[in-house]
Amino acid sequence: MLTKLMSSLPAPRASRRGFLLGASAVAGGLVIGFRPAGTAAQTAGAARALTGYIRIGADNTVTILSAHLDMGQGIYHGIATLTNEELRADWSQIKVEGGSGNPRVFGNVLWGGAIQGTGGSTGLASSYDRYRQAGAAARHMLVAAAADEWSVPAGQITVENGVIRHGAKQATFGALAERAARQPVPANVKLKDAKDWTYIGKDIDVLARHDSRQKVNGQQLYTIDVKLPGLLTAVMIHPPLFGATVKSFDAAKAKGMPGVVDVVQVPRGIAVVAEGMWPALKARDAVSVVWDESKAEKRSSDALIKDYRALALQPGQAVAANTGNVEQGLRGAARVLEATFTFPYLAHAALEPLNAVARIENGRVDVWGGHQMPDIYQAISAQIAGVTPDKVTMHVMKTGGGFGRRAVVDGDIIAEAVSVSRAVGGRPVKVQWTRENDMRGGRYRPAYVHHLKAGLDKEGNVTAWYNHIVGQSIIAGTPFEAGYVTNGVDTTSVEGAQKLPYAFPNMKVDLTTTQVGVPVLWWRAVGSTHTAYAVEAFMDELAEAAGKDPIQFRLGLMKDHPRQAAVLRLAADKAGWDKPAPAGRFRGVALAESFNTFVAQIAEVSVVNGQPKVHRVICAIDCGVAVNPDNIRAQVEGGIGFGLGAVLRSQLTLKEGAVVEGNFDGYEVLRLDDMPEVETHIMPSTEKPTGVGEPGVPPIGPAVANALYQATKRRLRVLPFTAAENA
Amino acid sequence: MTTFNLNGQTRTLSVDTDTPLLWALRDTIGLTGTKYGCGQALCGACTVWIDGQPARSCSTTLADVAGKSVTTIEGVAGRVAEAVQNAWTKLDVPQCGYCQSGQVMAAIALLNANKKPSDADIDAALSGNICRCATYQRIRSAVHEAAKTLA
Repeated sequence: MLTKLMSSLPAPRASRRGFLLGASAVAGGLVIGFRPAGTAAQTAGAARALTGYIRIGADNTVTILSAHLDMGQGIYHGIATLTNEELRADWSQIKVEGGSGNPRVFGNVLWGGAIQGTGGSTGLASSYDRYRQAGAAARHMLVAAAADEWSVPAGQITVENGVIRHGAKQATFGALAERAARQPVPANVKLKDAKDWTYIGKDIDVLARHDSRQKVNGQQLYTIDVKLPGLLTAVMIHPPLFGATVKSFDAAKAKGMPGVVDVVQVPRGIAVVAEGMWPALKARDAVSVVWDESKAEKRSSDALIKDYRALALQPGQAVAANTGNVEQGLRGAARVLEATFTFPYLAHAALEPLNAVARIENGRVDVWGGHQMPDIYQAISAQIAGVTPDKVTMHVMKTGGGFGRRAVVDGDIIAEAVSVSRAVGGRPVKVQWTRENDMRGGRYRPAYVHHLKAGLDKEGNVTAWYNHIVGQSIIAGTPFEAGYVTNGVDTTSVEGAQKLPYAFPNMKVDLTTTQVGVPVLWWRAVGSTHTAYAVEAFMDELAEAAGKDPIQFRLGLMKDHPRQAAVLRLAADKAGWDKPAPAGRFRGVALAESFNTFVAQIAEVSVVNGQPKVHRVICAIDCGVAVNPDNIRAQVEGGIGFGLGAVLRSQLTLKEGAVVEGNFDGYEVLRLDDMPEVETHIMPSTEKPTGVGEPGVPPIGPAVANALYQATKRRLRVLPFTAAENA
Repeated sequence: MTTFNLNGQTRTLSVDTDTPLLWALRDTIGLTGTKYGCGQALCGACTVWIDGQPARSCSTTLADVAGKSVTTIEGVAGRVAEAVQNAWTKLDVPQCGYCQSGQVMAAIALLNANKKPSDADIDAALSGNICRCATYQRIRSAVHEAAKTLA
C-alpha cells in the first residue's frame, strides 16, 4: 500500500541537470521557482501561481520558502543565508516559511529530487546550489526591471541591503517586483566566487537568526499552538502492546462528560474528541477498551537482548562487507580480542509531543504539522479523506524537536489527525499525544548487539577485523526498501561499520536482521549511533592491546583518508593531547564519519563519587564549506548533549511487550548539570557543504567511554552506562 | 469559578477548578507561549510564575491559583526580563525553541533572586528544565551574559 501511495505521487525527477528557474507575476509581486527543463518560460504577466523559492511582494517583503522542515537544526537560517548571498535583500525584510505541495520545486536533490523531505543531514547540501541560483535570478530580474524603467545599462546598477541603485536613482525590491516578473528568466546565472562572499561563512554578528527573538518571548508558533475557528482537541488511546487492535470499546460515560464532542475509533486506536485538552484527558480515563492481543509482540527487551547476544555469536545472515580473508587473518594473529556491545531501544522524546491538525472542508483538506515528508503525508491525507492529493494543503510548522521522529512513511500522526477529522464530519481537530503516548508510541532507535573480533600481530598491527551486527531493520517494509536494502543488508543497520577509514588487511561485517514487532525508526544519526560506539570503543581496546597511543594507532591506519585524519589531528592539537590531562581528569578520543561529515571528539572526564562527569569536549568537524559557522557550533553542542544523555542514562525497555518508561522520570535525558563545556573547531574547506544536524552525535559515546576506561579500567560495553549490568 | 491575576489583569474563569493552569492558559485564555512537554512537572516547558516564584503550570490547578498572581512568558517585562531575552537572542540560544519559554521564565526568576549566579547556582535553578536540543551550554553563557549586563 505504501508503494502505491508513493507511486501515486506526482514524482518527476528534478535532477540538477534539469534545473531551470521559472518566474511569474503574482498579485503585483515576483515569484522565483522552478520549471521542468524543456518547457517554455511563462509568458509575461501570466498570473498563474508558481510555487517558488522566493516571493517578493509589492509590500517589499521577501519570503523564502524552505524545502526543508526546521526542527531546530537551523535550516531556515541556512537557506536564507544562501539565498541572500546572491539576492542582496536587507536581512530584516526576509522571512522564511515552510514550502510544500510541489516536489518539482522542493524535492530533495540528494534523494533524487522526486519527493520533498528532510533527513539524513541533507538540507544544506540539497539547498546549496538552487537557493543561490534562485537568489541570483531574482536579483538579475530586479536589475533588468530597473534598467528598463530608468533606461540605463544593467551593468551600472548595484543592489545592496534591499536597495537597487543607479547614481541618484534608487528603488526598493517591492517597487520593482511586478516589473521584474515580466523580465525573461536568466537561463544561466553566474554565482559569486567564494572569495566575494559576505554572508556565507560569516559569523553570528553578520546575520542573526530570524527566529531567536520569537523563541524567547513565546511568540513562535508550533503545531500545538495552531488556532482555527471551532478547533477541537483529540487525545488518543493506543494499544497497550505493539500489534494489538481494538476489539470493542465503551465510551458511553465519556461521551456524557462536559466538553466532550465524540469518542471515535480510528485505525490506530480510539480518539477522544473534546473542546480542549483537559476535558479530553478527563474523558479518556472514562473510556474502557477491550484489546485483541493475539497478534501482539509480547517479548521483553531483556529476552530480546539475550537472543541477540546468542545470535551475534553465530555466523551472520547477510554479509555487509568482506575484504581479504578474516578467518585466515585471525588464525595468523598473535592475539585475538573479542567484545560484545549492547545497545537499548531509544525514544526520540522531542519536547513537543507528536501532534497534527487536520480539517476537511468543501472537498479540501488542510493539515498542519511538522511535515518532514510532506508529499507522502499529502498522499496519505488524500487517501483517508477520499480526495485527490491536489486538494490537500500541507502547512509546514516549525516543530519542538524532531530527531527523526516526524519522518514516518505511514505518517502515523498525520493519518490519525485526518482520520479523526473525517470521523467528526471534517471539523478541525488537533490530535495531541501526551508524553506517555509519545514515549510508548514506538518508532524507536532499534536495540542492537554487536560482536567484534580482531587479531593483532606481534608488532601490534591489526591482522583482521570482524563485526557482527544483530538487530531490526528500519527500512524493511517501507517504500525505501528498494534503494536501501541490498542483498539482505539494510544500509542503516551497518552504516558507520561497513566502511571504515582504517586499512585492515582482512575485514568482514555480518548482519543478522531480527523480526520483532516493535516499530523502529531513524534516530538522530541513525546507524552510526551504535556502530560508531562499537567500532571506536573496540579500536581503543585494540590500541591498548597493541601498546599504542589511540590517536597514533588510528592515524597509522588512515593513510587513504586524509579528511578523517585531519580532523583527528586538529582535535588532538586543540585538546593538547601531547600533554597530560589536568589532574584528576582522563581523556578519550573517537572519530566518526556520518552523512559525509567527518567528526573527531576528545572528551575530558572524571569520576566523582562513582559517577561519571564529563567536563569538556573538544570537537573538530569537516563539513565542507561552513555556511553558518555559529549554527555548526550549535549543532555540534546539541548533538553532543543529545548523544551524551543517551549513553549516560537513556533506555526504553519492554516488559512482556509493554513499554515500561512513560515519561522523563523513567526515560532520563541529559539535563543542564550534565552538560560539558564544548569547544568546536571547524576545518576550513572548499568542498561542497554537507550536513551538521546529526554528525555531532556518534563520536561522543565512545569518546566518553574510552575516557572513563582510563579513569576506571573498566570497559563499558552495555548501554546506557546506568544499565543494571554495569553496576 | 476561579479568579486570579494574570499578567497584571484580573481574570475570572468558569471552567472546572481542577483544570491544570497550563490548559486554562492555552485552551481557555489562548496564551500559547507556555508549552506542554510532560504533564508531570518533569520537564519545565510549562514554567510560569505564581506570586513571582517559578512553578509548573501543568501540575498546578486553577484552584491552586485562586486569588494569586500568575505571570506567563507573555507577561514578563522589566530590566531583568529584557536582559535575559536579549542575552538569549544575542547568543542565539534557541534551536527548536520549544523549551525556551520555560527556560527564560526560570532564568529571570533566578536573576531576580541572585544577581550573580555561579555555574552551580545555574545548574541548581535550571536543571529541572529539559532542552532536548541540549542548548545548555548557551543557556549557561546567556545567564552569565544577562548578569553582566545587569551589574
